[in-house]
Amino acid sequence: MTERVTATTTPYTIGRPPFRPGEEADFGGKFKEQPGDLNRPDPLTCGAQDTVAHAVGLVRVLDDNGIASGEWDPKLDAETLIQGLEYMMRLRIFDDRMIKMQRTGKLSFYMRSFGEEAIAIAQTMALETQDWIFPSYRQPGAQFVRGRDMVSMICHCIGNTEDNVKGRQMPVHYTWKEGRFISISSPVGTQFSQAVGVAMASAYKGDDEVCISWLGDGTSAQGDYHYALNFASTFKPPVILNVVNNQWAISTHANLATGGRTFAERGLAYDIPSIRVDGNDFLALYSVTKWARDRGAAGLGATHIEVYTYRAGAHSSSDDPIAYRPNEEFKHWPGGDPIVRLKEHLIKNDMWDEKRDEALAQKIDDEVMTSYKAACEFGDLASGPYPPASTIFTEVYETVPWHVQEQREELGK
Amino acid sequence: MADMNMIKALNSALEVQLEKDPNVLIFGEDVGYFGGVFRVTDGLQAKFGEHRVFDSPLAEGGIAAIAMGMGLNGLRPVAEIQFADYIFPAYDQIVNEIAKVRHRSGGEFTAPLTFRTPAGGGIKGGHHHSQSPEAQFTHTPGLKVVYCSTPYNAKGLLTAAIECNDPVIFFEPKRCYRGPFYGDPHNVPTWSGHPDAEVPEGHYVVPMEEARIVREGEACTVIAWGTMVHVCEQAIKDSGIDCELIDMQTLVPWDRDTVVNSIKKTGRCVIVHEAPKTSGFGAEMSASIQERCFYHLEAPITRVTGWDTPFPHTTEWDYMPSPERIAAAIKKTQEE
Repeated sequence: MTERVTATTTPYTIGRPPFRPGEEADFGGKFKEQPGDLNRPDPLTCGAQDTVAHAVGLVRVLDDNGIASGEWDPKLDAETLIQGLEYMMRLRIFDDRMIKMQRTGKLSFYMRSFGEEAIAIAQTMALETQDWIFPSYRQPGAQFVRGRDMVSMICHCIGNTEDNVKGRQMPVHYTWKEGRFISISSPVGTQFSQAVGVAMASAYKGDDEVCISWLGDGTSAQGDYHYALNFASTFKPPVILNVVNNQWAISTHANLATGGRTFAERGLAYDIPSIRVDGNDFLALYSVTKWARDRGAAGLGATHIEVYTYRAGAHSSSDDPIAYRPNEEFKHWPGGDPIVRLKEHLIKNDMWDEKRDEALAQKIDDEVMTSYKAACEFGDLASGPYPPASTIFTEVYETVPWHVQEQREELGK
Repeated sequence: MADMNMIKALNSALEVQLEKDPNVLIFGEDVGYFGGVFRVTDGLQAKFGEHRVFDSPLAEGGIAAIAMGMGLNGLRPVAEIQFADYIFPAYDQIVNEIAKVRHRSGGEFTAPLTFRTPAGGGIKGGHHHSQSPEAQFTHTPGLKVVYCSTPYNAKGLLTAAIECNDPVIFFEPKRCYRGPFYGDPHNVPTWSGHPDAEVPEGHYVVPMEEARIVREGEACTVIAWGTMVHVCEQAIKDSGIDCELIDMQTLVPWDRDTVVNSIKKTGRCVIVHEAPKTSGFGAEMSASIQERCFYHLEAPITRVTGWDTPFPHTTEWDYMPSPERIAAAIKKTQEE
């Protein structure tokens, strides 16, 4: 008889977050990586092998004291920096108001970009206006950069008669063709591989366009992420593929999305230049994205970026992080607050001051409230009006086929 | 006019589209240099270049996603899924993304594209080279679903599908690529000399949404698509009963008027498909027919289908509806 062997360790590993509720969040103070640690390779000659250090390290420009340095410093003028700050403030104030609207029953659902404002703002600012945007949930801010009217965004979130998607999608699932902002989709990750197809089409037509897409650390477990990297590696279209590693996929920590190594390092195996960047550093994000765009526009193919950040808020209005992570863990994040960091940099360089900051915040808040009121003119969540029921049946196909028409007549509206 | 088998006819449809519209691109597994495992894209890369006709990585989910991206950005991709059985990694992209993008974006974004895919049994392909999964797509609003049966309608319907601004799942009955199949695996003719193998060399369209009356008759309406159209022809001949045979050609949206008018005349109906019975498209048709033809029906609507089992390998002739099973069902409708 064979003796039964008893396992002395657990049979498989269950990844855990570093801290759970009741524990003290301690990320070890500040980042070890400093601005200037990593060189900025020539985008027009750089291959994946030239970014090994960049995929393991962390590209930073702003240090912990708000001082910009190193080869990655994009050296933006004051006007651009202030514009970036304004967009980020706009996004945060808008989100804060909208989540309050949700809590008081004025929106059915909401998702904030809290703590991740620099990502959509800096990365979109680094692109050209003809570039395509394939966002995940926390990049609605790109629309501010491209000038979308706030009233229109709120009408979508309410789902009223002026919602451009006609009450068909949950709040925050924005669509905006004019801004080349594709409709956000709930099955996460699908946009990533579509973005590669968009970029292939741009390349085929000879248009000067790149396509940018984002997904989260959790979503990087989806097949679509790997399809995207493999197709991008194979066909080399002008696409920028970002993994926003914000540590959390609802309640699942990034330690369950990867068994080790950085997300950026995965791109190296696909022979795609891959860079890990401080996602709370506006300047670093801008610079890395511009670098990636230069590569794409020059016909050198894809760039893979891990945006290293922290989801400061809940996943959505439907969960409370207190149930799965220490309260206010975000305050311990070494990357700090992206808005505060850019603001400190501007103040240090005499481009900004607290007085202007307060005035701007007030102005934006007034604009948000005025916009909300204006949006409600087209219907609020409680009492409508909503888009007519006939919109259930239209735009399913280019023209309404007979069977759908019959069902519309059956509804009688 | 030229004598073409279904492969040549499909190839001709693609060639005409590639010539006509620079936004048409073709890609999929093995479709480029090699010309496809069934040769449908043979010669197209050599003629139109590797940027318009190319091989893709072996990932149907990725193929579907890049097709959608290209469609969103103004192209009109025609992607091949090598076997319909392999389409399921692409199911999320097709069902949740491609089918819904027009609606969910308020009509701002559309992705006109066509997925061609060989389907159905009869080639000893076992359960992963034989399935006929049309019902898994007819249940998805936003998709059009086409199932050709002859060289003539293959070319005309594929042309209509590619030119359509809605996404189309285009099933090709692989058993009929080289000849019509009458249910006898030991006697498979080629298309040569068949009237439906007379195919115009240039551009023409067989409109989607229209069924084809293959044979007029008075005693019973027999409805089929794909390979089963030909098997039904044989079954009708064997039964000696004057049946009207309808080839649906398009399943979404299906040509209900042609079906209803026929059944109002015959009072009897047999629906035949290769796919399993439960939730097959025959069930949808049957329910819809009784709503319209209740007082005209002289016998229950009968379905002859594949079984509710995985598709087998060596016993496939006992799985697929045979002329005998179909003829027996036709005869039974006359007994009522």
